[in-house]
Amino acid sequence: MGLQEFLPEINRRDFIKTVVTVSAMLGLPYGMSEALAATAENPDKRPPVIWLHFQECTGCSESLLRSSHPEVATLILDMISLDYHETLMAGAGHQAEQSLHDSMKANYGKYILVVEGAIPTRHDGIYCKVAGKTAIDSLKEVAAGAAAIISMGTCASYGGIQSVGPNPTGAVGVGELVKDKAIINIPGCPPNPYNFLSTVLYYATFDKLPELDSMGRPKFAYGRLIHQHCERRPHFDAGRFASAYGDDDHSQGHCLYKLGCKGPVTHANCSVVRFNDVGAWPVSIGHPCIGCTEPDILFKSAISDKVQIHEPTPFNSYAPVESANRSKGIDPLTTGIVGLAAGAVVGAGAMLGKKLPDAAQKEEGHEKSE
Amino acid sequence: MSHHDDYQTHQAKILTPSFYVLLTLTLIGFALIALRFIKGIGAVSNMNDGYPWGIWITYDVATGTAIACGGYAMAILIYIRNNMQYHPMIRSAVLTSLFGYGLAGFSVMVDVGRPWNSYNFFIPSRWQVNSAMFEVALCVMAYTTVLLIEFLPAILTTIEESKWRRMHAFLDWLEPHIKPNRAAVLSKLELVRLGAAWLRPKLNKVLIFVIVLGITLPTMHQSSLGSLVLIASTKVHPLWHTGFLPLLFLINCIYIGFSIVLIESIISSYFFKRPFEIKELSGLAKIIPALTLIWLTVVIGDLAWRGHLGTALALDFYSGFFLLEFCLVAGGSLILFNGRKRESVRWLFVSAALITIGGALYRFNVYLIGFQPGKGWHYFPSLAELMITVGIIAFEILGYQVLVKVFPVLPKLHLDLHLPYGQGRHLPEVKGSKA
Repeated sequence: MGLQEFLPEINRRDFIKTVVTVSAMLGLPYGMSEALAATAENPDKRPPVIWLHFQECTGCSESLLRSSHPEVATLILDMISLDYHETLMAGAGHQAEQSLHDSMKANYGKYILVVEGAIPTRHDGIYCKVAGKTAIDSLKEVAAGAAAIISMGTCASYGGIQSVGPNPTGAVGVGELVKDKAIINIPGCPPNPYNFLSTVLYYATFDKLPELDSMGRPKFAYGRLIHQHCERRPHFDAGRFASAYGDDDHSQGHCLYKLGCKGPVTHANCSVVRFNDVGAWPVSIGHPCIGCTEPDILFKSAISDKVQIHEPTPFNSYAPVESANRSKGIDPLTTGIVGLAAGAVVGAGAMLGKKLPDAAQKEEGHEKSE
Repeated sequence: MSHHDDYQTHQAKILTPSFYVLLTLTLIGFALIALRFIKGIGAVSNMNDGYPWGIWITYDVATGTAIACGGYAMAILIYIRNNMQYHPMIRSAVLTSLFGYGLAGFSVMVDVGRPWNSYNFFIPSRWQVNSAMFEVALCVMAYTTVLLIEFLPAILTTIEESKWRRMHAFLDWLEPHIKPNRAAVLSKLELVRLGAAWLRPKLNKVLIFVIVLGITLPTMHQSSLGSLVLIASTKVHPLWHTGFLPLLFLINCIYIGFSIVLIESIISSYFFKRPFEIKELSGLAKIIPALTLIWLTVVIGDLAWRGHLGTALALDFYSGFFLLEFCLVAGGSLILFNGRKRESVRWLFVSAALITIGGALYRFNVYLIGFQPGKGWHYFPSLAELMITVGIIAFEILGYQVLVKVFPVLPKLHLDLHLPYGQGRHLPEVKGSKA
């Protein structure tokens, strides 16, 4: 089945660009993008996906749909076999429930469960119900047949804003309730759709999960701090900080650290991959990072709170240009032998000089050595 | 060039004690070279990324070829200055040069990191003709070939006059075992002899062109050895880095060449118990101080012009080596300015040794001692590295010692018997001779 039949909205060039971007993000060798493209084109490899919404704002789905270039969203939505998605599916009521059951039955043990939103647990979870079932029951029922679970967004990953104290609904992330399944957290408020696309493509192509960090996040996207690749980093290093919104430094594009930027402690690839396919992200438009991928920061510290960083100013000196001492040292045995040999040669020369006839001159007073 | 009767084969035993000592050193050196090719350059050498060349290039190539410039210096004196009275000395000088240059080229093959790429050198389309290093490599190879041709008459004469005594002995030894066809073998040998007899006069006719080439090539590459270091302006200490490097290297190699001819002649006369060639030697000794004077003038004038006289007198590490080099060359030359000391074998030997050591130290200073690639880099040769150089030097002396006993290399003794005996010639004192 050709690409044009499968994804008529996407031209080949954009498709390949997207897949190459994904393979670069994943840190895969260039040649692997062909494997990813083959997976994305092959309808037999389209993983069936069931997408459940709980306590959330649908921002994660929105970020996916609102890409200014529709290709990414189209690719994602067409590439996966999205059998159930409460806010996108055309069906409603019993018809919708029917398709959920049919898909679960047909693909039991093979489908990917995507969860968007936190799950309320207080009072038996009565604060979130779909089709008369609580979120806890729905999750446990669908998770039982899932091959893997992707927690889309910070709410599904760690509880999000619902779980902030006093947490009246007892909201928790998926990982608190499901212990026997592989869970990939794609936190962010909202997360970058590329991170979702890359994870799904990786899983479909290689049949395994990408490497995760201690908080269940794929390392390819969350392995580094925003600070490490921030375009305002030179201003940080040079000590040029905006201290108020709209001040001179702020309008000059200086570092937002003093405005409370959480970039120095937030693990995410926003500063590299960016959003909406136009290279925009919060810091680029003058707003400090709020640390939305970090459960301990988002909504738990004020936006204006400065994070503690251990090296607020750059080193006062430069890295040495001279190499560490990689030369082999002087060997005492060698120097000893060289000294003895040189001495012997000089001595032999002197002795020879002494033995040689000195016919022209008779003065024997001063012996020569060289 | 019908001077082949100027020379004679030194009649003496080849297998002397010094032969075995030198052979042992040679075998150790070549075993370590084998180790270098099996296990890699790091296994034997202390060279590193900061000092990509060490004792092998500094001594075997940069200094060794200067010491091997005896042939070059003598060729200038004899053929350019037309002082034919020195002609009997050229063959031993050429032999020394042949060993020096051949082994310098060999040392480069030991030194290069990827010797398997060196075949590219023989493919003209891959030449980088703007490189000073390329010129050095090309000249060293060409000059080695030229020296071999210059030495060829000695070999041809030997073949021509050979009675094939060793071959006869070998055939006698074979006789009881396999009954060789003696007549056939001897007729083949006769063919070789006739071939040599046919080739030698032909070679003599063209030899002068080869000699001219042999004078041109060292002039080119000895200055290039200086140009090589010009590029390292930030690494070579200002005492030695100057635009005059090519000129200084050229003059340096000529006076080292003459000095080494003096030393070699005195040592071989002493150990082979031959009369000293004092007349020729004192003539040569007159040229050396003129050259060193020019050289020292350029050195001092250049330092003054660049404003580095103070650096030379700073009495630090570099200044110490500079002053040592300067004093050795200047001290040796001062002796030679004295006409009476030029008549003394002892003073000739001492001054030539001082100048050679000083001149060689100059090359060490430029290539190694005054070379600082950056903080954190150190170099001192490892024992194995030194033993390879020692093995190569031992091989040179060994080869010289053996070949003068096989081929007519040394000057013929009766050559100037028409001169009143005792005028400049001395029989060596026999006591304590070792060879």
